[in-house]
Amino acid sequence: MSLVFAGVLSHAPGITGRANRADPALRDEFYANLDRMRRALEAARADALVVIGAEHFANFFMNNMPSLCVGMADAYEGPIEDVEWLRIARTRVPGAADLSQRLITGMMREVDLAYAQEWKFDHGIMVPLHFLTPRYDLPVIPVNINCQGPPLIPLARCWAFGRALRRACDESPERIAVVGTGGISHWPATPDSGKINEAWDRAFLEKFLGNRREELLAYTDEETYRDAGQGGFEIRTFIALAGCTEGSRGELWFYAPIPIFAVGCTVAVMRLAPLAAERAAAA
Amino acid sequence: MSLYHLQKLLYQLNRDPAVRKQYEQNFEELLAGYELTAEELRAIREPDIGLLYVMGVNGQILMHYAALRGFEWDAYIEAMREGERRYGPVRAGLYKRAGQTS
Repeated sequence: MSLVFAGVLSHAPGITGRANRADPALRDEFYANLDRMRRALEAARADALVVIGAEHFANFFMNNMPSLCVGMADAYEGPIEDVEWLRIARTRVPGAADLSQRLITGMMREVDLAYAQEWKFDHGIMVPLHFLTPRYDLPVIPVNINCQGPPLIPLARCWAFGRALRRACDESPERIAVVGTGGISHWPATPDSGKINEAWDRAFLEKFLGNRREELLAYTDEETYRDAGQGGFEIRTFIALAGCTEGSRGELWFYAPIPIFAVGCTVAVMRLAPLAAERAAAA
Repeated sequence: MSLYHLQKLLYQLNRDPAVRKQYEQNFEELLAGYELTAEELRAIREPDIGLLYVMGVNGQILMHYAALRGFEWDAYIEAMREGERRYGPVRAGLYKRAGQTS
């Protein structure tokens, strides 16, 4: 089949863990758009959900840090965090090992990957799943992009990874959904937690929604760190998603800075278009 | 400085139930398994969350140790700010390039 759904959303632990401290109207509007995304995902009748995330030292450490890693297990566990802290119950999440293996094999023709048959989900994946698959009944394939421990993968290679993922999805009979989750600007878990650069976020989102490759790949880590904090390095997840949906345009369903969540909360969905190569072949 | 070992201890404490058990039953024995300086050992034992931050421990690791040691969110943020006031800018790791973050 092919890619049947693609979007991006935030994953900050405060979204669930500090929910009671946010402005109720803003929080509820954000939650409503996450639920809208859940309904859109369900309407797409996906067989599996690929989550392109940026985990935070739950599985990967500087003793053996992959730039890109894809899960290849039948099941995963999460959250790794204290359940009272995150306010998401610990659970078992179904995987799709066979599909993972085929996607990884396909992608390896173009990009270098690590794979993992054991993976504990942290808030970076559990918060999205809490809203998108609250019954944990959709098989998940996790992807991790190292956004925490430099040296970090260049943005162009994140785009290339996304393209490779799209091609691998298109070669699979399953209906596949993909979400990216990260950033955008934020300074999480630091003294500047709660700081959000809304103007930077909106400028980035405009480029992301327009799938403007050259402009997205023009960001440097130095500029991102200065203007968007170390959390801004997670734009890699958005850029991988943009590579996966090359040629498509996106719709922004929600964006608002919510400081107690420590991030500009974002929900956006891509209107999927065929890849350029497919369009050329059909012409 | 042995930031790698300091972060590795906290990373394993955060994610490994066996390490957590050792922390609860024999903290000193656990600490002996890592190459830590006297200053790092003091910061871990006390705990001095602000000093751990200034030493360069990544917040995604540190926030869980702070929670384990009873720091609510606001107290955790304030402890890092106090660390910067007492010990100066972040010395190593991801946050070093910006120097004073606040």
